Amino acid sequence: MAQTHDDPNVYYVPHHSPWPFIGSITLFTTMVGVANWFNGHAWGQPVFYIGLIATLSVLFGWFGNVISESLAGKYNEKVDASFRMGMMWFIFSEVMFFAAFFGALFYARQFALPWLSGEGDGALTNQFLWAGYTAGWPTAGPAELGGAFQTIPAWGLPLVNTLILLTSGVTITIAHHALKAGHRKSLLVWLGATVLLGSIFLYYQGVEYYHAYHELNLTLGSGIYGSTFFMLTGFHGMHVFLGTLMLAIIWLRCLKGHFSKDHHFAFEAVAWYWHFVDVVWLGLFLFVYVL
Amino acid sequence: ADSEPVRWQLNMPEGVTRTAQNAYEMHMLMLYICVIIGIVVFGAMGYAMFKFRKSKGAKPDVDFTHSTKLEIIWTVVPVLILVIMAVPATSKVMEQYTAKGHEMTVKVTGYQWMWRYEIVGEDVNFLSRLDRESDRIRQSGETPTEEKAPHYLRDVDRVLVLPTETKIRFVVTADDVIHAWWVPALGWKQDAIPGIINEAWTEIATPGTYRGVCAELCGKDHGFMPIVVKAVPKAEYQAWLAAQKAGDEAEAARIAATAPADAGGEG
Amino acid sequence: MATNYTAHDAHGTTAAHDDHHGEHKQSFFQRWFYSTNHKDIGTLYLVFALVMFFIGGSMALVIRAELFQPGLQLVEPEFFNQMTTMHALVMIFGAVMPAFVGLANWMVPLMIGAPDMALPRMNNWSFWIMPFAFTLLLMPLILQVVFGIGGGGPAGGWTLYPPLSLQGGNSTAFTIFAIHLMGISSIMGAINIIATILNMRAPGVDLLKMPVFVWTWLITAFLLIAVMPVLAGAVTMLLTDKFFDTSFFNAAGGGDPVMFQHIFWFFGHPEVYIMILPAFGVVSEIIPTFARKPLFGYQAMVYATASIAFLSFIVWAHHMFTVGMPLGGELYFMYATMLIAIPTGVKVFNWATTMWRGSMTFETPMLFAIGFVIMFTIGGFSGLMLAIVPADFQYHDTYFVVAHFHYVLVTGAVFGIMAGVYYWLPKWTGHMYNETLGKWHFWLSTIFVNLLFFPQHFLGLAGMQRRVPDYNMAFADFNMWSSIGGFGFGISQLLFAYIVWSAARGGVKAEARSWEGAKGLEWTVPSPAPHHTFTLPPVIKDGDLAHGDITH
Ligand code: HEA
Ligand code: HEA
Ligand code: CUA
Ligand SMILES: [Cu+2]
Repeated sequence: MAQTHDDPNVYYVPHHSPWPFIGSITLFTTMVGVANWFNGHAWGQPVFYIGLIATLSVLFGWFGNVISESLAGKYNEKVDASFRMGMMWFIFSEVMFFAAFFGALFYARQFALPWLSGEGDGALTNQFLWAGYTAGWPTAGPAELGGAFQTIPAWGLPLVNTLILLTSGVTITIAHHALKAGHRKSLLVWLGATVLLGSIFLYYQGVEYYHAYHELNLTLGSGIYGSTFFMLTGFHGMHVFLGTLMLAIIWLRCLKGHFSKDHHFAFEAVAWYWHFVDVVWLGLFLFVYVL
Repeated sequence: ADSEPVRWQLNMPEGVTRTAQNAYEMHMLMLYICVIIGIVVFGAMGYAMFKFRKSKGAKPDVDFTHSTKLEIIWTVVPVLILVIMAVPATSKVMEQYTAKGHEMTVKVTGYQWMWRYEIVGEDVNFLSRLDRESDRIRQSGETPTEEKAPHYLRDVDRVLVLPTETKIRFVVTADDVIHAWWVPALGWKQDAIPGIINEAWTEIATPGTYRGVCAELCGKDHGFMPIVVKAVPKAEYQAWLAAQKAGDEAEAARIAATAPADAGGEG
Repeated sequence: MATNYTAHDAHGTTAAHDDHHGEHKQSFFQRWFYSTNHKDIGTLYLVFALVMFFIGGSMALVIRAELFQPGLQLVEPEFFNQMTTMHALVMIFGAVMPAFVGLANWMVPLMIGAPDMALPRMNNWSFWIMPFAFTLLLMPLILQVVFGIGGGGPAGGWTLYPPLSLQGGNSTAFTIFAIHLMGISSIMGAINIIATILNMRAPGVDLLKMPVFVWTWLITAFLLIAVMPVLAGAVTMLLTDKFFDTSFFNAAGGGDPVMFQHIFWFFGHPEVYIMILPAFGVVSEIIPTFARKPLFGYQAMVYATASIAFLSFIVWAHHMFTVGMPLGGELYFMYATMLIAIPTGVKVFNWATTMWRGSMTFETPMLFAIGFVIMFTIGGFSGLMLAIVPADFQYHDTYFVVAHFHYVLVTGAVFGIMAGVYYWLPKWTGHMYNETLGKWHFWLSTIFVNLLFFPQHFLGLAGMQRRVPDYNMAFADFNMWSSIGGFGFGISQLLFAYIVWSAARGGVKAEARSWEGAKGLEWTVPSPAPHHTFTLPPVIKDGDLAHGDITH
């Protein structure tokens, strides 16, 4: 085994690994748990959490193997390229996931609501079912599901959060440059700042949700506005959480000196992910808050 | 006229409206074109399979691997064929999308598992569901026969009576889940969607009894919510309407059952 | 390291793997559960797909048995709807898609001279998620049928249209989470295939020299990554509509049930090409082999595949002509859909011309491939008819549609898979299958499948709607034929299972190049393919590649 990685022609193929199989069991546990939980079986909830933690542990063990293989120098350029492609296409799949929800927002505002209000091809709907309803935005729909609500103005906390995320995009780039230049200290500082910014973002988002639920009566049940608002920002928030977690792990790995100037795919992967989260936010800020 | 499906029926009914005629014409046009292309393509393949088999000593012509000329031909010719299909299709869709000038409006609402009909502005509003005998047979698990129920699953307790030679607008919606209102003889189906109104129209030329079904999966009894439209001359329609409005169910049912006196619609 | 030199020369196939970790000593459990080997994982996928095909097929037979004659003799309507729904989900996500992934796992590395898939561990994860996903999907049904618990499986159709699908009781959550798992599996599998194809080709296997099967899978993988997340998003919205009061698909709250259909079909239409493009690839390998002549119009085939994939993203609402779209929408989606006939036609014509002036023999893979071309084309024709809006007002949601998609799915996708299995079986097992039985399998399947699905065209035209457990006597005759065809076709598949099983057990020894006219790197390694192949990239010799000269 030892000699293979010296040969640029030899692609490292790991031996059997328990993680994928165990990981399938843990994912299954998670899903059985959450499905039963939603169906009103109390035991589902703990099972869900057990499954989730077990899945995270599997990933931990799995990536642990990857890291030690990487540190042992088993990965040549080709393996590295595979990882890069993997990450890029994974991010693309995430983009498409968000596209579904942006699509829903777009469809609701561009087609569904005007038709419900009797515009264009929807005149009859308004005439026969929802007489007098004029949509506008925001709206909880013709039946005002969830009752009257107020929205979060774009130019308050959301703007602050935008600036936070934009700044974090800068700090992680500085950290990356520091890594490439071999400035360990500055790397740790800037990467640490990024983690911090991510956390602050999450904190503010929490504040905003609290405010929405407790003072504005803006909830998931607030018709199509509440639905799109919370699902888009919520999934984004989940991604920020994951991204922050990954950044924190990378920070620890930097501390341990895992990365070299020109060999630090994991760092870059997380950085890409972070930029992706950033870009999604810009879309959110524009389409959910501003427009 | 009656457009009930018959045993061994192979083709789409021609129907009793312009829309149905349009559907039928497009269907036949498409069918003929596809059959012709099929004969050419499968014929060529069959010829090749017959002629160029190894057992007959065929030697492969390994240099015959591309031909720009052929590629162009079999791109351009299908484009032309598609244009031939698209032109009449377009005008026929557009025809269906002009509901202007209707003389009356019927509101159709789908429920699990029946239909509600409302003659808009006439204070006529009733439910229509699977007839008793069909219902009994299907619950019993026995095998239906022509003798027991000639219109098994295709009859309702109260039919929708409509005037012929009248442009009728339908506004279609549903109460619970999505259904679809479909009478083949009229030539269209329209989804009935809760919270949304869809529009359709028809103008029936020939008096008769036209049966249809719910065409969108709507739960366990999706197969058991038929539609019966009875098209009658205007005068008889007016009589039916008057009876309905007067709440004279028996009279309305009688008119629905006997009319139209002339045409071959069987009850 | 002496072995490495030989390995190089003989395309790496004889290389005694130069590690001491003893992959050859691995236990049964390690080999099949902890695998990182593309061939073993490919086998797992294929076996899983076959099991699912039988499960989904058994459900289809419940459907066909109830529809054997009018009246409700065997099952409750509610259970019938569960069968329809589960049949489709199992066949699509459990049988056809995994079968193609299995073929890709086995063949893509062999065809491009790679030692394995790019991300071997993730490969195993992609696979092992599947059996669990299907356990989850089938769980409500099993609980009810076997233990009498709960209301059974989902019954709202595989398209899961709300609000009906939200009435599903306990099964809704199970179905949605199972779909999430399948999505995760498919996306990871697709990522792996893309990385393998783009990154791991041996020197000399340029993109435009790759086998067409590899090309079709590259494009299919892209489709998968693009649309599986959209499906995940759609079902997530269903989930929150059911459990968290959101109103995506509820007009009272400003949403729209039709919005689900748009999002679903944005996934759903590309999905049907995900199920056919790899079959195009398989057939494009087989026909040249048995015509002993290179594929006609190789480059056109590649571009046609790409065009079909592109078009598949912009035609989705042809499933929704009757939902009440504005005129412009109807016309646009009709035209866009019709365009797909052009690249597909290019493919059909190229296959036919590949046969022209060839030197053909008709072993089982070739029979299935030719059967594919003809019957897929029939399904394509009915597809084109469905695309015509005024006619679709009549066809929609009738058995005409059912006939259409079974022609493209069963005599298309499934026949393509079977063609591929017969074609590569010698490479996998090292044995030739029993040719006589193979031919029997083909002819029985072909006769019965046409008896099964052709009369459904007539039923649909005469007015029989889909998804009903009972019908009027006028439809009795063709339904009976169809049911007989269904059972005949089903039983014929037992023959298939037997043929594959017995070839795995023994038989005439297969040569490295198992078919006289076969070209491509996979035929340069011994049969059965050793556990490890191309540990070092092969040196490509003249004539190794089917498309070494890209003008071909
Ligand atoms: C593998 C799967 C597959 C494939 C390949 C296709 C291929 C096509 N499909 Fe099909 N389709 C389905 C699977 C598939 N479909 C499924 C599962 C459904 C139902 C879903 C549900 O509701 O549950 C469906 C439903 C469906 C509908 C909706 C019907 C309805 O519900 O009302 C439509 C409408 O346009 C359609 C059209 C087409 C077209 C135009 C093609 C084209 O790609 C076909 C192109 C091929 C050819 C045309 C033949 C070869 C060409 C030539 C020989 C060239 C010359 C020809 C001409 C110029 C005519 N399909
Ligand atoms: C790849 C996809 C795929 C495949 C392979 C099939 C294969 C088959 N399908 Fe399926 N079908 C769909 C996809 C597929 N179908 C979809 C998407 C729908 C729409 C669902 C919806 O409306 O929501 C559908 C719906 C559908 C219907 C309409 C149901 C309805 O509208 O209510 C019918 C009815 O005949 C049917 C029949 C069959 C049959 C007989 C087969 C056969 O080819 C199956 C053959 C296989 C076997 C039979 C199994 C093997 C053998 C055994 C298990 C041995 C035992 C055998 C005996 C004892 C005889 N299918
Ligand atoms: Cu109502 Cu189907
Ligand atoms: Cu489609």
